[in-house]
Amino acid sequence: MRTIGLADLDDLCRGAAILGTGGGGDPYIGGLLAADAMRAHGPVTLLSLEETPDDALVIAVGGMGAPTVTIEKIPNGDDYVWALEALERQLGRNADAVIPFEAGGMNSTIPLKVAAERGIPVVDGDGMGRAFPELQMETFNVYGVPAAPMAVVNEWGDSVIIEAHDAKMVEWLARGVTIRMGGHSAIAEYAMDGATARRVAVPGTLGLTVSVGRWIREARETHEDVFDALIKGFADTHYQHARILYSGKLTDVSRRTARGFAVGQARIEGLGAWSGEMLIEFQNENLVAYHDGVLRAIVPDLICILDSETAEAITTERLRYGQRVTVLGVSVPDIMRTSEALDVFGPAAFGLQERFRPIEALT
Amino acid sequence: MRIGIDVGGTNTDAVLMDGMAVKSWHKSPTTPDVSTGIMNALRTVMEEGGAAPSDISAVMIGTTHFTNAVVERKRLLEVAAVRLGLPATKGLPPMVDWPPDLGQALGYHRYLVHGGHEFDGREIAPLNEAELRAACKDMVAKGVRAAAITSVFSPVNSGMEDRAAEIIAEEVPGVALSLSHQIGRVGFLERENATVMNACLADLAAKVVQSFKDALGTLKIEAPFYISQNDGTLMTAEYVEKYPVLTFASGPTNSMRGAALLANAKEAMVVDIGGTTSDVGMLIHGFPRESSVAVEIGGVRTNFRMPDVLAFGLGGGSIVRDEGSRIGPDSVGYELTERALVFGGDVLTTTDIAVAAGLADIGDRSKVAHLSAGLIETAITTMHRMVDEAVDKMKTSAEPLPVILVGGGSILMSRDLPSASEIIKPDHASVANAIGAAIAQVGGEVDRVFSLEGLGRDKALAQAKDEASEKAIGAGARPETVQVVDIEEVPLAYLPSSATRIRVKAVGDLEMSA
Repeated sequence: MRTIGLADLDDLCRGAAILGTGGGGDPYIGGLLAADAMRAHGPVTLLSLEETPDDALVIAVGGMGAPTVTIEKIPNGDDYVWALEALERQLGRNADAVIPFEAGGMNSTIPLKVAAERGIPVVDGDGMGRAFPELQMETFNVYGVPAAPMAVVNEWGDSVIIEAHDAKMVEWLARGVTIRMGGHSAIAEYAMDGATARRVAVPGTLGLTVSVGRWIREARETHEDVFDALIKGFADTHYQHARILYSGKLTDVSRRTARGFAVGQARIEGLGAWSGEMLIEFQNENLVAYHDGVLRAIVPDLICILDSETAEAITTERLRYGQRVTVLGVSVPDIMRTSEALDVFGPAAFGLQERFRPIEALT
Repeated sequence: MRIGIDVGGTNTDAVLMDGMAVKSWHKSPTTPDVSTGIMNALRTVMEEGGAAPSDISAVMIGTTHFTNAVVERKRLLEVAAVRLGLPATKGLPPMVDWPPDLGQALGYHRYLVHGGHEFDGREIAPLNEAELRAACKDMVAKGVRAAAITSVFSPVNSGMEDRAAEIIAEEVPGVALSLSHQIGRVGFLERENATVMNACLADLAAKVVQSFKDALGTLKIEAPFYISQNDGTLMTAEYVEKYPVLTFASGPTNSMRGAALLANAKEAMVVDIGGTTSDVGMLIHGFPRESSVAVEIGGVRTNFRMPDVLAFGLGGGSIVRDEGSRIGPDSVGYELTERALVFGGDVLTTTDIAVAAGLADIGDRSKVAHLSAGLIETAITTMHRMVDEAVDKMKTSAEPLPVILVGGGSILMSRDLPSASEIIKPDHASVANAIGAAIAQVGGEVDRVFSLEGLGRDKALAQAKDEASEKAIGAGARPETVQVVDIEEVPLAYLPSSATRIRVKAVGDLEMSA
């Protein structure tokens, strides 16, 4: 058993932004919220999936909505605990631990805040292994845990309990409620026992976000190559294969809105040893990367657009002409690459024609 | 004729301009009382340019006063940070992420009140006037004389900030008010930070503006004066008294705008080569391209528009090593006139290379006569490669652009650059920032979330453009010169397609009576 404390939060936020693969929202505000809770209540116990008791009630908590809203309408802060409490009332039982449903972006930080305030542990794992745009895109859902009942709460403590026949309907209804709540809500969902969590969660992802942030920080401190440090670091984890897909200058970003998502393309022109052009298509998160028309990486593998100097992640909404970027591709754990998983968050789930091919096979 | 002045930490520069032509210029050390230095500079350029006070139609001033006050934590007022947004926003109180010494200097007076709007214009809660009046009583009891008001989504609807300002003005006589929708854009904490910093500068702003007025009054210049802001546009003296924070980072902007005029280029790269480092930036439509990352000032996160500038270690004092193949990043800096070979020192610098190559006549040329032709050639190649790489990094397309060289170190550059369509070394390059101040335009900006449902994208864009143009005219622009220079649309992710954040900036030439 280990803990996550104030001293880990900067690393965690830096790592969470990278696992966000362009989406998930800037972890800055979530990091400040978690820091505030840890200053008041101390560090949070991090339970590995193995350490989580079979019969422990584990509930996923986080935020839903548009990052652009969250950066303006700062959360109430108590609303995340209220969401947990609303679901607990529905279930007639209190949570023994919370778990992130998303490891990338802001939602990796919220469970830490809730755990600190409630004095319960957080389980080291999540349901996405990265960031995804919709709530059914969860290994929890893939491997049979119902998303419902789900609690959706606003800053007044107004709450909605959603019961629905599948996770996609839960997502659809919750999205509508979230808009009525001003574009951001606090949610609690995917209640499960510890034995189930061990079977369905992507393991170790909270610890991983801290590690990713730490690799970058330490490489900078010792003036080592930050990208080498990331590649070496991932090699020792269950994410395993990380490689630089491309490096260059952003020459074009086009965006449009489709089905409520920021859909678009980024074009990068090679610098240094990199020739030609890389094209990245995104839908909130980066989905697919082509180098001169040749597939180099595709969802659910991670495609991370990072600042070439600092290796800080650049979210899709912050992509701008002229930025010097390096694209890092990372393979995801096997639990995210089964045919059941690919049905839910593989290329076809995003309307892509291309079939999934593992990044390590694309050279 | 107009006069541009740049009051920096080291030098006060002034230029007298007739239309777009430089009539005279002057560079002198900044004086502790500031106004003496300004008067000296003004007097000199008017004498040398043969201008009488009545010939001056406007004076434009760029200043680092306000940035320095925040960085040094000096001359700051205590501030009431009034936030309208409960029950949202409670999670992170005002000044949450500030360096403690700055927060303490401002007194950490925080008041959270029910109010604020949603992204689509609905109210989160009605403004709770009773809570606000209670906060005012506390301000009076504590003797706080400046207040910063920030309401959630005030860039969409500023009504609550305006109403709160009325109430605070009633309850706290003589209070200096800063309203966030006048200062920043969407991005609550950053906008609130800027508004609180603005409020703490209220007294200093009044004093600085008064000292500028005194300097002009003493010289009998009756023309209006303006102060340049971070995006390269101008503010009136009255506006600066209210919004001093908007002067932050106006220096690099003025320098790049000045270079644009001197070289007569609107789309170009600007390289400002100093003694220790060089800055490269890009001009688009004659304005610097802006940085897209959050900028910290005095340790506080803001979202000001700042030019995107890349600094690299090449200057007139950079140290040359490895037979010329390695240059900088260290420099002899201000000790150039003691340590460089041409001044009798023992350090080989880039200036020595320039002298040895016959590019400049500085110091004693015989002191570099022993340098081999091979070393000189290698060093010159290295310097050009450094500038070329930096220019190429900052460009947004492979297409070559003109490169404008300014700053004292521009003597180092003598050849073409692969990244440049041409190299321009304009006259008066050493006072480019005063020139930039003199030619600054006035601008208006809109940045808010539009609900496209019902309105439609074209109408929303047209509405945003109209509002930005009206703001520019309101700020003093001649209507026929106003043009939209920047449009950016960002759809709100994870929400249905009706909501889009639109940013439009319009600028125009200043209306001048004479």
